[in-house]
Order: sequence, then C-alpha cells, then structure tokens
Amino acid sequence: MTEISRIRNFAIIAHIDHGKSTLADRLIQICEGLSEREMREQVLDSMEIERERGITIKAQTVRLEYRARDGETWVLNLMDTPGHVDFSYEVSRSLAACEGSLLIVDASQGVEAQTLANVYQALEADHEIIPVLNKIDLPAAEPERVKRQIEDVIGLDASDAICVSAKTGEGVEDVLEAIIHRLPPPAGDAAAPTRALLVDSWYDAYLGVIVLVRVIDGRLKKGQTIRMMATGAEYEIDEVGVFTPKKMPVASLGPGEIGFITAGIKEVADTRVGDTITDARRPCTKPLPGFRPTRSVVFCGLFPADAADYEHLRESLAKLRLNDASFEFEPETSAALGFGFRCGFLGMLHLEIVQERLRREFGLELITTSPSVVYRVHLTDGTVKEIHNPADMPDPVRIAKIEEPWIEATILVPDEFLGAVLKLCEERRGIQKDLTYAGSRAMLVYELPLNEVVYDFYDRLKSVSRGYASFDYQMADYREGDLVRMTILINGEPVDALSVLVHRSQAERRGRMLVKRLKELIPRHLFKIPIQAAIGGKIIARETIPALRKDVTAKCYGGDVSRKRKLLEKQKAGKKRMRAFGKVDVPHDAFIAALKMGDE
Amino acid sequence: MTTVERAGSRQGLPAAPPVPGTLKADPVLAVYVHWPFCLHKCPYCDFNSHVRSAAERGHDPWSEHYLASLAAWARQLPAARTATIFFGGGTPSLMPPELVSQVIMRILEIWPPVDDAPIEITLEANPTSVEAARLADLRAAGVNRVSLGLQALDDAALAVLGRQHSVAEGLAALEEAQRHFARVNLDLIHSRPGQTPEAWAAEWSRALALGTEHLSGYQLTIEPGTRFATLHRMHRLDLPDETAAADMLLLTRQLAAAAGRPAYEVSNFARPGAECRHNLAYWRHQPWVGIGPGAHGRLPGASPGEWYGFAAIRRPEEWAAAVRSGKPLALAEVEPVDPDQAMRDALMMGLRLAEGVDPSELARRFGRNTDTVIDFVRARDLAEAGYLRVAQGRIRPAGDGWLLLDRILAEILR
Ligand SMILES: Nc1nc2c(ncn2[C@@H]2O[C@H](COP(=O)(O)OP(=O)(O)O)[C@@H](O)[C@H]2O)c(=O)[nH]1
Ligand code: SF4
Ligand SMILES: [Mg+2]
Repeated sequence: MTEISRIRNFAIIAHIDHGKSTLADRLIQICEGLSEREMREQVLDSMEIERERGITIKAQTVRLEYRARDGETWVLNLMDTPGHVDFSYEVSRSLAACEGSLLIVDASQGVEAQTLANVYQALEADHEIIPVLNKIDLPAAEPERVKRQIEDVIGLDASDAICVSAKTGEGVEDVLEAIIHRLPPPAGDAAAPTRALLVDSWYDAYLGVIVLVRVIDGRLKKGQTIRMMATGAEYEIDEVGVFTPKKMPVASLGPGEIGFITAGIKEVADTRVGDTITDARRPCTKPLPGFRPTRSVVFCGLFPADAADYEHLRESLAKLRLNDASFEFEPETSAALGFGFRCGFLGMLHLEIVQERLRREFGLELITTSPSVVYRVHLTDGTVKEIHNPADMPDPVRIAKIEEPWIEATILVPDEFLGAVLKLCEERRGIQKDLTYAGSRAMLVYELPLNEVVYDFYDRLKSVSRGYASFDYQMADYREGDLVRMTILINGEPVDALSVLVHRSQAERRGRMLVKRLKELIPRHLFKIPIQAAIGGKIIARETIPALRKDVTAKCYGGDVSRKRKLLEKQKAGKKRMRAFGKVDVPHDAFIAALKMGDE
Repeated sequence: MTTVERAGSRQGLPAAPPVPGTLKADPVLAVYVHWPFCLHKCPYCDFNSHVRSAAERGHDPWSEHYLASLAAWARQLPAARTATIFFGGGTPSLMPPELVSQVIMRILEIWPPVDDAPIEITLEANPTSVEAARLADLRAAGVNRVSLGLQALDDAALAVLGRQHSVAEGLAALEEAQRHFARVNLDLIHSRPGQTPEAWAAEWSRALALGTEHLSGYQLTIEPGTRFATLHRMHRLDLPDETAAADMLLLTRQLAAAAGRPAYEVSNFARPGAECRHNLAYWRHQPWVGIGPGAHGRLPGASPGEWYGFAAIRRPEEWAAAVRSGKPLALAEVEPVDPDQAMRDALMMGLRLAEGVDPSELARRFGRNTDTVIDFVRARDLAEAGYLRVAQGRIRPAGDGWLLLDRILAEILR
C-alpha cells in the first residue's frame, strides 16, 4: 500500500496519432518500467491489430515509480486511452479512475475533433488537465499558435502548456514534474469499508478473467472475499497486482491505487464494467455511480462462407467475447446465406476489427451483410419494436412510424475544404448547429442521422478533405424518418443480405451507387446480369454486367496439362470465395465492399 | 505432385522414376523429342528454349545424351510401339540432320511402328533461308511432315514478334517445304498488337490460300516472364480489346471452315484426315513419352486407370549433366495421377477437340464413374444455352462455347 499523498492517477487523452502511445513509451522508459531490451515502440498496444493499424483499442494502465527532482519517489498510474470514436466508452472508464489528464496536442496539427470530445469528457469527470504540446521537434510545429487555439476553441488556459517531443524525449521530465505538482492526489479512507471501481476486465489464457480496479476506500488483498454490488456475486481474491507494465503481484491495493485482481472468475461477461467491488463481510452501503452501459450502434449479419464452419464461427465469437464484452451476437437465418449470427458493434471500426480478428485469429472466411443501425418501429397497435435487421421489418401497413437514431457530430476542417464538407453533411441529411472558426480551421457541429454515417461517412470525409478533417460524434436522440426498405435484385432475384433501410430522399442516390459498385465487384459470367435496386415493386436503379465474351487457352499441348489443371484449380478456388445466388456467383467480400461507396 | 516424389525435386535432386513394373509395359506411344535451342529468344515465347552458340548445340555430345535417354525409357517401356514422332522446340530445324536421323532410327528400333503404314514424323521449322536449306536433308533423315513457324504475313508484325525472317523469306521457305513434304503446317499468330479483325481476316485468307493441308492460328497470349509481359505491364503493347479478340477467334474459325480446313481443335485447322496425329494423342489422352530437356510425358500405370506424369529437367546443361551422371531419365518431376484426375485431364484436353469426348468411353477407360468429375446438370444448362452440344453420346463445344472453353471447363469439372 502506498501513502495516498504520493499517488497520482492520470489519463492520457489525445486525437489519434497525436502521440499518446509514444509519450507513454517515454514515461515508462524514464521510470524504468521496462528494460532497454523489453522496450519497443508503442509498447502498450499489445493486440496485433493495434500494432498494425497504429491505434489503441483497449485502454491500458501502467504503474510507474518516479524519482522526482525533489528526491522523493512517487507512484504514478498512467492510463493510455483509445482515440477512435467507436471506443470512446473506454475513454470514459479510464477517466473515472483518475484525477487528472494529460491532454496531448500535436503542435504541428493543432486541435482536432477528438481533442475536443476527450477534453469535454475529462471536464465532465472533474479532471485537472495539463495541456502538452507534442512533436515540437517537427519543423512544422507551431506551439504558440496551437496554444492560442487551445484557449480559443476549448477555452482551456494553455499558458502553462508543456512543450515536448515524445520522439526525442525533450521536455518529458517536465511532464512528470507537472503531474506530481499540478494534479491532485486521490482522496480516500483506508479504514472505511472496501469500495473499488471495476474499470475493465479481460480474459487471460493462464489466469482466467483479470479485473482492473481502482480502489476508493479500504483495501483489496489476497484471500479476501469480495462482492460485486450489481450482480451480487462473491469471489475470493487469488491474486492482487499492478502493471509495470508487466504483471507484478503486490500484497494489497489501498485507496487511490490502480491495479488488478484475479478471483477465479470464468467469463468477462460475469463482470460488469463500472460495478462497485466491496468486501463481502464488511460491505459498503453506497455503490459508486458507475458508467452508462455501452450499447451496440451498428448491427450486421456474419455468415460463414462455408456453411460447415457455422459451429466454428459460434465458438470463435464466444471466444472473442471473452475479451470484448462490448459486442453481442445471436443466431440469424438468411434465405440467401443460411445460418449465421446477427452481431452488434460499437461502430464500423469495431465491426471491421472483430471481422478481421475472426479471419486472422480463427481462420474464418466470412460474408458480412449490410450494417444497420437500430430503428424504433411504432406499430399501429401502439407497440414499439427495436429493429436492426431489414429482414425483420413488419408489413408496412402495420407500421405507424419509424424512428431512427441521430448523432451530434463535431468536425474540424481547414477552411479550403469547408465547402466540400458542408456539401457532404447536407447530402447526408445533416442539420447544421454551429459553425465557428479557430484560426484557419472551421469547427462544425452537425446533427446527422446515424444511418447516413455508418457506412462510409468517415471515408468520404477523409477523401473530400484530403485527410485534413477530423470527426467525432455522440449519440443524440431518436427522430421520426421517412424510411423505406431498398431491395437489391441480382439477375432478377432479391438478395436479402443486401437489402437496407434508407431514407426516401436518399434511396435513389444510394441505389444507384450500390448497383454500380456491385457491377464492379461481381465478375462477368457467361450471360449478362442485370443488377437492380428496388423499393416495393419499383425499380429505382439498374446496371448490367455484360456477358463474358472470350476465355480460352490458345495453346494447349502435352506439356501444358499440369499447368492448365493448376489454372483450373485456381479458378475453382476463386469460385469457393463466392456465394451463388441463383446462377450468379457473388464474391464474399462484395457484400461489405458494396457499401463502401468510395467516390461518387 | 505427391509428397514422396516432390521430396527429391525439392532438394534439387532429379525425381526418381517409378520402380520398374509400375508403368504399363506395352503402350502405343506418341514420342516427343525436345530440342531446346534457338538462335534468338522471341519476346512472346515462354517455351523451354535457350539461346546457345552453334558449338554448344552441335551433334556431339547431344547425340549421345539423346540416345542414352532413349535407352533408359526403353527399359521402362519394354514392349511399347510407336504411333508418331514429333520434334519440337526450341528450333528443331537447327538440329544436325544426322542426329535427327539417328534418333528416329533408334526410336523405331526400340519401339517398332504400330502398323505397317509409315508413321507420322513431324519437325518444327523456322522459315529462315538457313533452315530452308536443310529441309531436303531432314526429309532424307525420315521426317515426313513439317510445321513452319511463319507467324505473320506482314513484315512489320514479324518485327514486333521478334522473328528472324521476312515475309518473302517465309514464303520461299514454304515453297521449299512444299517441294519436299506432302504434309506441311503453317503457324500464324493473331490478336497481335495493333491488329484489327479486318486486317487479320485478310491475312488469314492469304495464309489459307497458300495450299497447306493444315494450319494453326493462335491467339497471342501474354505469358508471365516474357518480354511481352513486361511491355504489357508498362502499357506499351496495344493489344486488341476483348471484343476484337473474340471477333478474330470467330473469323479464324469461319474462314478456315469455308476454305475446307475446319477447326478440329481450338487453334488447329485441317483438311479432314490431315489432322496432326501426334497432337491428337495429347488431346485424346493417349500415352506419350518425352525425350530431351524439359520434355513432358504421360504414361499409363500397370494398374488400370492410373497414370504418371513426367517432366524432365529444363536447363539443357543440367539435363545433360543428369544424363551423364547415371540418371538418364533426368526427371525433375514425377506425378502419379489417380483415375479421377486422369479422367479430368482427359476431359479438359478432349473438349478442345471438335469431336469432343464420350463420357461413357472415359468411364470405361479409367474405370470410374464420370459423375464424380463432370457436373452433368451444369453441362446440360450450358448445352441449353448453346455453349455445348450433347449428341450421340458425346459432349463437345458449340457456338460461342469455343471462345469460352476455359470458363466452361471450370463450370462443369468437379
Ligand atoms: N516527429 C515526432 N513524431 C512523433 C512524436 N510523437 C509521436 N510521433 C509519431 O506520431 C505517430 C503517432 O504516434 P502514437 O504515439 O501512435 O499516437 P497515438 O495514436 O496518439 O497513440 C507515430 O508515427 C509516432 O512515431 C514526436 O514527438 N515527434
Ligand atoms: S523460335 Fe520458337 S521456341 Fe524459339 S524463342 Fe522463338 S517462339 Fe520460342
Ligand atoms: Mg496509440
């Protein structure tokens, strides 16, 4: 147990790529959390996908021992947080476990959408915030301009902002000093009944479920019987420890400390993030406020490309869920695709990551159907149904109205691309709430229907702004919308896996783009293939894939038999990566690719 | 390849031949002799051809190697007989005529002709004046059919194709060939860079009017690893689009049929009865043996329905070294082919022929049910769509099916 006045708990928040993970690396190095040999870049991003994509998905925590300039040793608990909107709930959890935040802003880029979103979250969590201007080693760094921007756009005093280069290490010690002098120590009572916040949990093949905790009052130690206040479940603690970032056992965790416990918990689903952990014998009376539960915002069907893989897919989803309780799945049957699962995700990036992990870690070839948001369908009999699968849509005569989810989006964009971004938002039924300037950057606040955002909004935004716009959003409310079901017909046959709900005003544009994309994605056949988009019985868009005219090997003699056979086998293997609809073979990846519209 | 046989070739060692007795002892053979040398590498060519000096490709020691290799195959196939012989390349018209003669004589000694009539002995020749001068000697050596690589009747096109002869030289070589040989084939290439269907129709008509009993008209194919492949990647080859190429294929068939030499195979046209018997053996999946660097062979095993595929070492010098070092078969690969696979191969090759294939005959030959390799339901669909004809117990391509054969095979082969 550490003396509470010598503890500082802080989160690092930043827009993606502004240098959170790199700064964390430097802090760990200075505090000698890892030896030279163990150190690698972005050491906290442990998942393969995180390292590859250069993004942080899971919040990470590290306990550091810092020998300060005053000669004293301090315990610093660092939380690195994800930058992408899909994972903003992870940010709010980490924030709840800390008293202060380092706000990293890339001094060559300035404030971005997630900078704002994260600062607001940190302020909501009553955090003391230390602005840190990173990447001052870059010639394009303009710390003074960015300081002014922080003051103008965020309204945060930036006069004491610390200039650093996480890359070279310059200024990093100043950051550590600021943490101990400018952030408040945690408050808590060691003698009071145990009260700890369940910050996160994940599955470890050796230890079972590991629970990340922040102790508020009392303490946690080995052998203690604890109770989860929300579920009532009781466990005996097997081990208590901290991350340095390696797992290191400690005797106990006291007020203000962040660490982990293991307690023979079988599944991540048995733990509830935000729950209060207390002592079973001497429980506290009042639980902590906890968090808003996460909710899936995007759903899609995942079907095994090979029907024989259904069980394998089920087991793999269950295994993934051990570690990621934020997605859900249930069995689904499709006329076109057979047996599969309807899965819910936090957003499109989350969807892509789960899909990628299923492919990579479990060797599954998947067909993904059109992602859908959750609609509220009011029926004429007064009941309300939540629907996230166009196939479940009731008969139109029974529907009184349909409501769809809206978001509030914040977009920062350089002036020169403002026109294009405004056009994009208007096309997507956006309602402008605010437009202000910070230097040469415009800050836009828009209300947008989520259904116009999930598929490709982010890609389009990047493309129309050449990558300079940043974007963040939060869920707003549900509003009535004139939504219709658009069906796609391939060679005259409706393909349920491709049908989507769209706003009537968008139907034609979406329909035209979808059939055009499918035309590019479906290979030519021996016959011509009409591809149509329809609402009810009315065709609103149509393309035709012309028939293949020529495919024959000119020379084929004795020595060519094996080669020719290999070619045929390759062709057959290619066919395996397609699903037959009537007489038409559709590549597995066409389903999701069709929705990524690309340039219009 | 099976793992056992691959193990040898993976370590760079020649694969072992099947143990004596695994091959059928008395097949009727199409004998292929590969001469791997050329004066020059054509930019579209992916054959096993190598440019070597005259000294490096002389009579000695190649004669010894070819004869040693033949003797080794004779031990594998003690009771075989010869149906046809074919000298391919490379450029076999560069072979010393006495070597041609020695090889023919030795083949017929070890594997006597299958019947009393003289067997077909073909040799591929390039129509340069040098090679034309050798035709009489080659005739004397026993060759009775030549295949002339004319390729184009347009000097500019010949230059693009990197050929070493002009149109005039080619026509003179043809005249010489026709004087010595009753049976002559002309090779032409269409769908060349910049070529239009109209231009090809005129050129092909001229070729048909030259009076040979047999013509081959190949669509230019960009093969990986060739100079043309590089140019193609750099968008420096102005190839006809798919529509033009399809039109050229159709024109080739129509004009040849009208001139009395209908297509009997995708790219081969002949007066009825004048088909190349040797090449028919490939398409009809009959046994053939290959002699020389990079030559392939395909022979029936002792147990019915089983076949073996063979490929010799490709590089001439490595092949020669293997022959000299007591591995006279100089094999790079031996591939056992099970009856289903053999039947699939037979179908794949047989559907290239106008005569098509007879599934019940295949079933008899390979001792297997054809259902396991042919999707008959799909075949019937394709017949209904006009791409195949199913009549008198045979399946054959029809109409536009001739242009789409690869796709059709992918559809109907299981
Ligand atoms: N030049 C320079 N590059 C930096 C600095 N800090 C981080 N980077 C680079 O910026 C990119 C994003 O850094 P990362 O730490 O992954 O950002 P995160 O997304 O906020 O975690 C990486 O390529 C880093 O190498 C810095 O101080 N100077
Ligand atoms: S002459 Fe024939 S074998 Fe030789 S390089 Fe040219 S095309 Fe190839
Ligand atoms: Mg990171």
